[in-house]
Amino acid sequence: MNAPDTGLAPQSFKSDIKPVWCPGCGDFSVLAAITRALAMLGLRPEEVAIVSGIGCSSRIPAYTTCYGFHGVHGRALPAATGLKIARPELTVIVAGGDGDGYSIGGNHFLHACRRNVDLTYLVMDNHVYGMTKGQPSPTTEPGWSSKLAPGGTGVREFHPLVVALASGANFIARGFSGDPNGCARLIAEAVRHPGFSFVEILSPCVTFRPDQRAWKDLVRPAPVEPTDDPARAARRLMTDDGFNLGILYKGRRAPYAPAREPRTALAELAKEFAL
Amino acid sequence: MSSPLASVSVALAGSGGAGVMTAGNMLLEALARAGYYGLMTRSSGPQIRGGESVAMVRAATFPADGPDDRFHVLVAIDWQNVVRFADEIPLGPESLIVGDPAQGEPPEHFARCGARFASVPFKAIAKAIAGGWPNMVALGLLGGLMGLAREALEAAVARASRKGGEASEANLAALRAGLAEAAKLGAAFALAAPPARTPRWLVTGNEAAGYGALAGGVRFVAAYPITPATELLEWMAPALARLGGTLVQAEDELASINMILGASYGGVPALTATSGPGLALMTEALGLGVAAEIPIVVVDVMRTGPSTGIATKTEQADLNIALYGLHGDAPHVVVAPNSLADCCAATQWAVELAEALQVPAIVLSDQYFGQARGVVERPVVRESAPRRLTAQPDGAAYRRYALTPSGVSPMAIPGTPGLAYTADGLEHNERGTPSSQPADHLAQLEKRARKLEAFDCGERWASVEGEGEIAVLTFGSPTAAAREAVVRAAADGVRARLVSVRLLSPAQPARLAQALAGVERVLVVEQNHSGQFLRYLRSVCALPREVASLRRPGPLPFRPGEIHRRLVEWSRA
Ligand SMILES: Cc1ncc(C[n+]2csc(CCOP(=O)(O)OP(=O)(O)O)c2C)c(N)n1
Ligand code: SF4
Repeated sequence: MNAPDTGLAPQSFKSDIKPVWCPGCGDFSVLAAITRALAMLGLRPEEVAIVSGIGCSSRIPAYTTCYGFHGVHGRALPAATGLKIARPELTVIVAGGDGDGYSIGGNHFLHACRRNVDLTYLVMDNHVYGMTKGQPSPTTEPGWSSKLAPGGTGVREFHPLVVALASGANFIARGFSGDPNGCARLIAEAVRHPGFSFVEILSPCVTFRPDQRAWKDLVRPAPVEPTDDPARAARRLMTDDGFNLGILYKGRRAPYAPAREPRTALAELAKEFAL
Repeated sequence: MSSPLASVSVALAGSGGAGVMTAGNMLLEALARAGYYGLMTRSSGPQIRGGESVAMVRAATFPADGPDDRFHVLVAIDWQNVVRFADEIPLGPESLIVGDPAQGEPPEHFARCGARFASVPFKAIAKAIAGGWPNMVALGLLGGLMGLAREALEAAVARASRKGGEASEANLAALRAGLAEAAKLGAAFALAAPPARTPRWLVTGNEAAGYGALAGGVRFVAAYPITPATELLEWMAPALARLGGTLVQAEDELASINMILGASYGGVPALTATSGPGLALMTEALGLGVAAEIPIVVVDVMRTGPSTGIATKTEQADLNIALYGLHGDAPHVVVAPNSLADCCAATQWAVELAEALQVPAIVLSDQYFGQARGVVERPVVRESAPRRLTAQPDGAAYRRYALTPSGVSPMAIPGTPGLAYTADGLEHNERGTPSSQPADHLAQLEKRARKLEAFDCGERWASVEGEGEIAVLTFGSPTAAAREAVVRAAADGVRARLVSVRLLSPAQPARLAQALAGVERVLVVEQNHSGQFLRYLRSVCALPREVASLRRPGPLPFRPGEIHRRLVEWSRA
């Protein structure tokens, strides 16, 4: 990866605010991966905006030295969409949790994939609602028991990568927070790829899902090369067990690009009203 | 022939495909070209497309952007389901009903009002002209009854024709046939001579609001379609593109409001337009706009609620949600245009206030203004200077939410080196770092309240007209009816003043007290069932001792007579 060298180290992208996360939370490594990716990309902090919703993971913008937008629960994608369309020269990264992105924000996820605005969306998926202390999320296994759903929800999991592909995302990858270097490379690649890039990052919640410590033994590099063929990607993702890491799909759709050359003065527009 | 009239109201009804809207728009255009003021509103049956409809046109020698008490003429090309509009078309013994004998008798309801009835065989006349349409006959008839010159009508027909400004012979022949029918009846409702020519616009409230938004600097719009706000968006979409801005059709209102927050955070003034149900969905994010101090404008073109209510009809029942719908202590701006033309100025002002105060502003328009097309005095529109206080790098550690005396703190625009911060809906300290410290919460709450309290909003907070010991206090679209009522009351020797509040929030108690100085009785006029405006007024200012409420819900607009009667009765009580 031949990045222009701004001389900025990953550390320059880390703010002095101490994260609220529990010791051992996977999100620390995602933060490290983002800062490494930004250094790799040779960006300056002011050229990047990180937009999030609400959740433990959504706290991430303030922990960077980039411009941040910490909005409301589930609405990070629309906020980022508005920002990117209004200010196309900014690099806009959206980050949040599985509850934020797949449950309350699920509709926006579909439409962000479909709209294909040049955004990079990082979901720190821990298969649980961390911030609200341990309720099942859309990616939680049906049998996982919790106070709110004793004995489990009995409801099958949401398959974000399949949904992303079907909805039109232009780049689909999976990372693991236990491999911050690999994640950094995925994030950098996602930012470079035009259109809507979706990176699902398995990021364990050590507090409410201590069982996820086992993830490090389950994950593996995907045994295949990235494809640009949606049909092949679909077969691959439909049979995916959730632990294959890497870039799984790289599409060729042109990103959303509204025409916006000013062609008229305001007063011109009033002519249709004038008598 | 009776003496010429200063205001004539006519209604043209018919079933789907009869072309009543086309003819109504042509009539309005002809009136405008002849030098009159005018207003056209419309009503349709529940069918999505086609179905019966009525075009209601008021012509006047003075700016009139509300309805009159009664219609002088009702023309029905046919009677199919037209009775559904009975309540919208009040008629009296002095009115004239014109129907086609081939379409049967007018419905019982219309016959009962005592109006004169005349027969005109619209279909037969049109049929006798190759390619002739009954609606053009009706147009000629209405124009003739109002005493409009043939040339004005022909010019309007030509302008609207698809053939680039040339009316077809058939349309002109049908028009002339209609004029001949009017001549038989006599120009029974001839308008007085038009007033002196002034520069004017022919515009809908929705278009005017869209134009005002652009003049205020809005260059990003995200929205989800909803009646009666859709036309505002449809007007803005191509207009924005021509100015180098963008309109995004969002997946829902949650998305639209968050998109505009994102765009405005990025430094681009942004707006969305919706109606009550959409505003309800937006309230969480409006709170974010307050907390993170991001300027945005939401135009609520109010319709009858709650829920889907009567989606195509007007009401002023979203005042409560606009004022109080936000969670937490969330001071924000609420502005209500009080004339059709003011939809332009008030929306532009709302953009300026939002930008200057870094706060969400809600514009309370309504279906009546939004979908009415009127001939109005041409507003003087100057493009707003940028109002947002932006931060410049100065080497000092940047504090986005610095506690300034005005409460407004410089906003860093992404891309500016050295000022990166996180806009946050979490309570924060001056720097923007999340904080749950009581002192930070209090300081930031006070900062956000101070911004609005300390701001001098100038004289635009209300329209205050006339003198007298009685005042009519209102806002929004009933203002036109209230103004006419005050004028009529004066003719009865009842001196009243009109106060139409444009800036609903932040409340202006001192200015209101001044506007009501010497007033002993206040009649509060509003179009909702529960008296939301009066309750609000009581909570923010001291009203004179005698207060009466004239309120009723939609869907019917206020007419001057009902306010006039109340004023006169009260003054004699
Ligand atoms: C409108 C709204 N509903 C509910 C909440 C409460 N809430 C905060 S975070 C959260 C779920 C977070 O889960 P996830 O997005 O998976 O993030 P994590 O905390 O696991 O990183 C919920 C339900 C809220 N803040 N706002
Ligand atoms: S609760 Fe879970 S997700 Fe939240 S900070 Fe702790 S470990 Fe991380």
